[in-house]
Amino acid sequence: MAPRLRAVKEHSAERALVSPADPLAAPATAASVRGLSRKFGDRTVLHGVDLDIAHGEFIALIGRSGSGKSTLLRALAGLDREVTGRLSAAGPVSVAFQEPRLVPWKRVLANVALGLRAADPEATARTALGEVGLAERASAWPATLSGGEAQRASLARALVRDPRLLLLDEPFSSLDALTRITMHRLVLNLWIRHRPAVLLVTHDVDEALALADRVLVLGEGRITHSSLITVPRPRDRDHPDLVALRLRLLTELGVPAGETD
Amino acid sequence: MPDTANADLVARDQAGLTAAALSSGTVGRAPARSPARRRRNRSWYRLISPVVVVVLWQAASSTGILPASKLVSPASIAHTAYTLVVTNSPTYGTLQESLLVSCGRWAVGFAIGIVVAVLLAVVTGLSRIGEAAADPILQALRSVPLLGLIPLFIVWFGIGELPKVLFVMLSALFPMYLNTFAGIRGVDSKLGELGHVLGLRRSEMIRHIVLPGALPQALTGLQLSVVASMLALVVGEQINATSGLGFMITQAQQFLNNSVIMVALIVYAILGLLANGAVRLLQRKALAWRRDFGQ
Repeated sequence: MAPRLRAVKEHSAERALVSPADPLAAPATAASVRGLSRKFGDRTVLHGVDLDIAHGEFIALIGRSGSGKSTLLRALAGLDREVTGRLSAAGPVSVAFQEPRLVPWKRVLANVALGLRAADPEATARTALGEVGLAERASAWPATLSGGEAQRASLARALVRDPRLLLLDEPFSSLDALTRITMHRLVLNLWIRHRPAVLLVTHDVDEALALADRVLVLGEGRITHSSLITVPRPRDRDHPDLVALRLRLLTELGVPAGETD
Repeated sequence: MPDTANADLVARDQAGLTAAALSSGTVGRAPARSPARRRRNRSWYRLISPVVVVVLWQAASSTGILPASKLVSPASIAHTAYTLVVTNSPTYGTLQESLLVSCGRWAVGFAIGIVVAVLLAVVTGLSRIGEAAADPILQALRSVPLLGLIPLFIVWFGIGELPKVLFVMLSALFPMYLNTFAGIRGVDSKLGELGHVLGLRRSEMIRHIVLPGALPQALTGLQLSVVASMLALVVGEQINATSGLGFMITQAQQFLNNSVIMVALIVYAILGLLANGAVRLLQRKALAWRRDFGQ
């Protein structure tokens, strides 16, 4: 897949676009967002968001429902043509959706190999399935997979394209707590091995704290908070830094201390 | 007329025929192959009521309660069928020859109808321009009662094979077109997004996402097309036919031979059951990915 460099069309004259002459020729970032806005009718969901994602950086984007976090992810995935502003990505972008979106009439292996431009798509897909521990389910129909297996297949399909930016849209939200923990470990292992930049959209503060290098809070269509997490992984959720940050993030999200836990 | 012992034998043959046809019709609904014994038991029970009906029918005919001028007995129908197969009468020809002619008409009309329907549905389903161009015409045509077209068809295409095949074709076309079109439009847009994210080319999107996604409803359309085109065959064949099952029926009507008419109708029924069974088999094979179709 060719590196993508995209300028999004100007939607209306109301908005002044940021410096159009900025070439981003040698992308120092895995992805870059400038002045990204999106309106649904009269409602403005994104208000000129600026975001840089460094190569190999793991970012968690949290926010209340309706805060526009999925809208931002969809814009980065190239699924939203109505956004205004500038978007660029340094290389292939892959997405794992909230529902695994496996094509029901293709067996697991064919799902992973779908649209794959490799010399031997099947062998490449088989390797990817092995990495997520799903090798023995290669010839299963998606309908016969458990929720966790389906998400692992979806992860394999996203990773097999060797993305420079991996977009994860609440991929673990519908899994049970135990499966979620296993999936967190799997994602971290895969991330360490392949080192794509990751943008994880989630509403789960603990998930963000367990995984990310940087946590961003999206509110009112803007990024209202950004924290770096330097605690080494695997992380103990009771680490004092994480406890403090959890309170901070919950307050940012408008949940007063003491309301959770 | 055969004697009573013979009549019983023939009646049992007749029942066997009905039973075979019935069980072939239920193949699609049978769940799995593993509990074979239970399934066989259940289909066996299903045979009781048709057999009882045929036996009562035969009894009513044999005792004279049911006059042969109104409804001939199962035994006499079987006898007629046998005679039609083994003798080439100048009035009716042979049954197998008529069957071949009718099947040919149906197969050609049906095949053309289905191919045209799928092509049209792909064009209108995939492009808004195609939809705007073709769909209004097809919607208008489909609301025309096809049976009402027969007089016009005779004026336009005469009384040869062409109007009969066209009639079958049009009857097969509309259910298939409407369902395939709806199937294409009903494909989950989330899978379309997925295809976009995976960088599928347009042709790959159609091959891997759109057409397989439309298949379940297209196969429902196919089933409806089988029924509609069979009906069209029965009606269309009786217009000035010089061969085929329809010709047999019109000849029999002139000679007041109810028995031949019954034989032709039963053959139509068997054809319908076989075609329906074939579609169900196709559904089972093609939709194996659905959980409700089982392993």
